[in-house]
Amino acid sequence: MTLLSVRDLCITFGDTPAVDGLSFDLEPGGALGIVGESGSGKSATALALLGLHTRATIDGTIAFDGLDITKATDDRLRAIRGAGIAMVFQEPLTALSPFHRVGDQIAEVYRLHTGASKKEARARAIEVLAQVHIPDPERRADAYPHQFSGGMRQRALIAMALSCRPRLIVADEPTTALDVTVQAQILDLLDEVRTTTGTALLLISHDLGVVAGATDDVIVMRAGVAVESGPTDQVLVTPREPYTRELLAASPQPSAARPISSPPLLRVAEVRKHFPQTRRRGLRRLEPVKAVDGITLDVRAGETLGIVGESGTGKTTLARMMVGLIPPTSGSITFDGVPITRRRGRSVQMVFQDPLSSLNPRRTIGESIADPLRLQGMTAPRIKVEELLVRVGLSRSLYSRYPHQLSGGMRQRVGIARALAPDPRLIVCDEPVSSLDVTTQAQVLALLEDIRRERGLTMVFVTHDLAVLRQIADRVAVLHSGRVVELGDVAQVWEQPQHAYTKELLAAVPVADPVEARRRRAERRSVAR
Amino acid sequence: MIGYVLRRVAGALLVLFGLSVIVYALFYLAPRDPAVLTCGKGCTPERLAQVHAAMGLDESPVAQYGHFLQGLVAGRDFPAGPDVRHCPAPCLGYSFETDQPVTKLLADRLPVSASLAIGAEILSLAIGIGAGLLSGLRRFRFLDRVVNGLILAGYAVPVFLIGLFLLLLFCVRLQWLPFPQYVPLTTDPLAWAQNLLLPWTALAVIQSAGYARLTRAGVQQTLAEDYVRTARAYGLPERRIIRSRALRGALVPLVTLTAIDLAAIMASAVLTETMFGLPGVGQLLVGAVNQIDLPVVVGVTLLTGFLVVVANAIADLLYAAIDPRVQIR
Repeated sequence: MTLLSVRDLCITFGDTPAVDGLSFDLEPGGALGIVGESGSGKSATALALLGLHTRATIDGTIAFDGLDITKATDDRLRAIRGAGIAMVFQEPLTALSPFHRVGDQIAEVYRLHTGASKKEARARAIEVLAQVHIPDPERRADAYPHQFSGGMRQRALIAMALSCRPRLIVADEPTTALDVTVQAQILDLLDEVRTTTGTALLLISHDLGVVAGATDDVIVMRAGVAVESGPTDQVLVTPREPYTRELLAASPQPSAARPISSPPLLRVAEVRKHFPQTRRRGLRRLEPVKAVDGITLDVRAGETLGIVGESGTGKTTLARMMVGLIPPTSGSITFDGVPITRRRGRSVQMVFQDPLSSLNPRRTIGESIADPLRLQGMTAPRIKVEELLVRVGLSRSLYSRYPHQLSGGMRQRVGIARALAPDPRLIVCDEPVSSLDVTTQAQVLALLEDIRRERGLTMVFVTHDLAVLRQIADRVAVLHSGRVVELGDVAQVWEQPQHAYTKELLAAVPVADPVEARRRRAERRSVAR
Repeated sequence: MIGYVLRRVAGALLVLFGLSVIVYALFYLAPRDPAVLTCGKGCTPERLAQVHAAMGLDESPVAQYGHFLQGLVAGRDFPAGPDVRHCPAPCLGYSFETDQPVTKLLADRLPVSASLAIGAEILSLAIGIGAGLLSGLRRFRFLDRVVNGLILAGYAVPVFLIGLFLLLLFCVRLQWLPFPQYVPLTTDPLAWAQNLLLPWTALAVIQSAGYARLTRAGVQQTLAEDYVRTARAYGLPERRIIRSRALRGALVPLVTLTAIDLAAIMASAVLTETMFGLPGVGQLLVGAVNQIDLPVVVGVTLLTGFLVVVANAIADLLYAAIDPRVQIR
């Protein structure tokens, strides 16, 4: 018998359709993936499954265990939420109440649906926390969410989802905000939970690699319509539809090696950056946070150096020091033999991660790009700005638009145009594509590569995403706890990683090939045991 | 925790010390001689010199301030004509205008002000949170508008206008309540509440507006949070979500505002006190300023400072109790 059967689902917000005629089935214990870029309607579908839309018109049927969710009363819906269908959300940092202890939040849900006593509910909370591998669950149940790391919070949410033994878990981008190794752990956990408890899984993601190893079937959505659906092995290996192929092709591909033996342009020598801790405990001064702790590397003229690391490894601090935004605590950074603090602006520029918050919302795009030109004394920069806009693939008429009127990909192009404006020789990009959809990401990467070749630029590319680096970088430096643990040509690091951390990172990279993804999961499991 | 209390106390002492210095300095810069007033009509230069000596005004300002600090710790004696007035520690000075130690004056007035402040705060919070919640939840569109209108009106109308209106309505027209007249809580609790009802209401009309506004914004903001969505997705009833999550989020800014308001009413609700004939601290201050009664002014200022510091410390503790992310350091 089918557990979940969706027929002709249409979700409309006002006059805008979000989902248009979606149908699928999910068997008990099965795993279905929904893949699509932002605006494809995948999250709207997830919310509709729990009847959580308040301002949308919903047509069609969603039959869960024989009950039509779209027509159910509020009471029936509340009984199903959490107990029948449990949801795991994207933002582990904000999805748990900051006012309540983790264990209490899980126990509250369990008591609500089972009527258990306080003691039983607490026991169940500890049990599920243990099931998601929270160490020392008895003690950690009394912690507040802010005392958990991002990965642990997501585990806690999965524990909450498990608590009432639901028949279906809906995970909406459960790993998007997490580091790559944590992402692999969470995906493995979801898979483990599914196989051990027999609950079905609906996994929603923009990342084909996330869905590949964890699902039996997959639906590819675009603009509210299911473009292609079928067994994961088939859809992701031999796609029929052009859009699926486009998505697959957009995932970063390894590029041919480029031998580079030019002299170093930027030299980073024994650089450290320590941040003093302001909080004191007792009279003793705390050890400073060693964000960057003794890094030495050269960026050769004309190369693209990739810097990879997870959150908290000091990669952004290093990038900011490279452009002279913050001074190092000790060590030196020289550009062409001159200390970077005396050269910044004209020769080194930065492209930031979040194109929305790094552009002034009250100034037009054109004015933002013109700023560095005006600083150089140019009095009428408009012509040059328009040339730059065209160069990064935008229209001249965008000059007088504001950042909020642009899409994420367009804004990042503006960020690139602004960095190019003063004709720099080196560009440092800090996670320039991590907030973008996969097809947009591919376009922006192609643009950066084009511009680099055309202008003979040197590039430092900071990212957490190894797949992106494999495509764009010539050499790669792997950062861990403020140090470079491995530095070498991209191909060499990929084929023969030396450091254990590099190996761990590489093993965690999601791949879009389902067979390979499953092989890697098995490998991770065997290592864990 | 102990470290926190010690730091807070040290900070409070520093604030109070600074306050007293400033008030002293201001009064010595003022071009009026308090002794002239005390001396009264038909004052001869000899008599004036006597008064000067009695009030300690013949000493240098620094020495006077030193005596003041000494009196705080050990008590002081003031010569008054043939007798000596003793002022026990902590002595904030001696008011020659009223022939009483400042501490005694404050101790007489404080219960009145505290009654006014605490009652008004409770009433304001009840009305403010209630109205803010109703309008924040947008249960009734109409009510949302009414509350918004009242909020603006509350800000705009001065307290004496509301006070006059209340007096005319309830004491003159309807004759439901007696003209307010302070009765201590310990004497007759019912009469105490009855007499304070109108001043409480007058203050609440004004204050609850601000609270309603804060609550409304807080509730709306919290209801848009991801964790509220999580709670809904796990089947928690809306009522429980509002109680345990939305209201809690809205409470945080309210606590801070309430603490400051409480201290402010206790020390300076002059208009309300005058309107309803309540002998509170505010009236004492106004009288003292008019009479250039320096010890009383300094005393009231220090009391105000003390109340603000204590109220803020309590607010911080409550803040940490409501939101576990806030750490007390």
